Amino acid sequence: MLKDIVVLNEKETRGGFGEGILEAGRKNPNVVALTADLLGSMKLQAFIKEFPERFVQVGIAEANMIGIAAGLTIGGKIPYTTTFANFSTGRVYDQIRQSVAYSGKNVKICASHAGLTLGEDGATHQILEDIGLMKMLPGMTVIVPCDFNQTKAATIAISEYEGPVYLRFGRPKWPNFTPENQPFEIGKAQFLSEGKDISIFACGHMVWKAIEAGRILEEKGVSVEVVNIHTIKPLDVEGILKSIQKTGCAVTAEEHNIIGGLGDSVAQVAARHFPIPIEYVGTNDTFGESGKPEDLLVKYGLDTPNILAAAEKALIRKKH
Amino acid sequence: MTDLKATASQIRRDIVRMVHAVQSGHPGGSLGCADFFTALYFSVMEHNPDFHMDGRNEDIFFLSNGHISPVFYSALARSGYFPIQELSTFRKLNSRLQGHPTTHEHLPGIRVASGSLGQGMSVAIGAALAKKMNKDSHLVFSLHGDGELDEGQNWEAIMSAPNLGADNLISTIDWNGQQIDGPTAKVMNLGNLRQKFEIFGWETLEMNGNDMDDVITKLGQAKALTGKGKPVAILMHTVMGKGVDFMEGHHEWHGIAPSDAQLKAALNQLPETLGDY
Repeated sequence: MLKDIVVLNEKETRGGFGEGILEAGRKNPNVVALTADLLGSMKLQAFIKEFPERFVQVGIAEANMIGIAAGLTIGGKIPYTTTFANFSTGRVYDQIRQSVAYSGKNVKICASHAGLTLGEDGATHQILEDIGLMKMLPGMTVIVPCDFNQTKAATIAISEYEGPVYLRFGRPKWPNFTPENQPFEIGKAQFLSEGKDISIFACGHMVWKAIEAGRILEEKGVSVEVVNIHTIKPLDVEGILKSIQKTGCAVTAEEHNIIGGLGDSVAQVAARHFPIPIEYVGTNDTFGESGKPEDLLVKYGLDTPNILAAAEKALIRKKH
Repeated sequence: MTDLKATASQIRRDIVRMVHAVQSGHPGGSLGCADFFTALYFSVMEHNPDFHMDGRNEDIFFLSNGHISPVFYSALARSGYFPIQELSTFRKLNSRLQGHPTTHEHLPGIRVASGSLGQGMSVAIGAALAKKMNKDSHLVFSLHGDGELDEGQNWEAIMSAPNLGADNLISTIDWNGQQIDGPTAKVMNLGNLRQKFEIFGWETLEMNGNDMDDVITKLGQAKALTGKGKPVAILMHTVMGKGVDFMEGHHEWHGIAPSDAQLKAALNQLPETLGDY
């Protein structure tokens, strides 16, 4: 039951990245960190202190950073590029497309400050299109972990996977509820509850919101299956199908445009294999703005009540 | 030197024949750089045609201006990376010799895709840094178009290479003064390119890229300048279309193919051959 999930503490997912890259660096001498003038925001201090010779500061030059990372892989290195999600993706799309994805390079593109919860810096920095951009690239793996512990586990796991990866996480402190030192299996959905009435598929920060909404539904007697789709690509098609064949309706929740994000990926599975009513929670073809993270989630319809309302709508559609 | 000149002539024959066969591709820049590629692959670089992607303990090369793929493919095939006959598949369906070079089809000798301009120097810097981390004392070479320098990423790379200590990198600029829309001086004037590289912290040489003796000498000088704290730039003066008189110096030949009659005329001007594919 969702009410049994315990919040261990509140921590930034990017902090999980910082701990994860340190541990990945200890495990594998080929792990190299790069940043475009954001080592503090990206929590790289501990890695740099321990491995100063395995750190490359490129300055505010993200295109160059992606290219240098692609070159480092040729000598067998496992480069992690680090900057905010907007500058990790949209700004350098063609560099990633040609030098990394098409060239099949083992670059780990690690992106913090994704989505609305970046907060006060506003729309220039709040990318809501990055999941779509990255998942469309052939061969690109796209991972959006839900909390500190999972981000740490994912950061370590990608060092053991050969191929380009986009790892997306965020800025604010957020409930940390998945186990410390958990195994992280790329491409395997995480079932946080078992239910038979409705599936809620979420990623990133929205997983916690999905749990909150699911708890309210449980109190109302609805049997909810909350599923953390931490890997948007490759998608756990089997896991999603197993869930929707049982529940018959679904909600998707993501801190991203509903055009091109997690919801689209889930809907494609349903459309091709098992059509069901699906309601989307996410931003709807809009840019963000300045504000506190929680206020932004409310204004743009990404809060717990929005998931609840979407679930009720999906349940009604299922009956008709 | 006689052998090198014959090889360069053969590479030029390959270029015009490849481009003519599919009536597409980029002969101008390819012909201009034939002497440079010949020098690199048949004299200057310590390299292993038994290809390994990681390029450990050998010199490696990156082509940033990927559209001159014909000269790259010919040099690779002629130096033993893949069968010479495979040049006949250039730009055809199911070929490893794509219009622009790629690792995607696993063609030996290619270490990164290029074609979308301005990305190769960054990649070369990364490979150079990896060599340093691996205590591999071999060198990284790269080639860039002059028009390509319009792309801003180059200047990020040019500024970063000295800062990052990439003194095992030799980047050559094909300074033929031509780009698609006309002379570089008109499209986007590069100004004092030598001063630009020097002021960014590079050791900078100039050479006549169509004089084999000068190419060999200057590449040797460039190698001697590595390992001293600075990356090395070579501003290579070439003539677009070199070796085929009606193509020489004309930007129109950047990306068009010769007709049957033009192919015949071109091959007549390139009599030295090692045997066509």
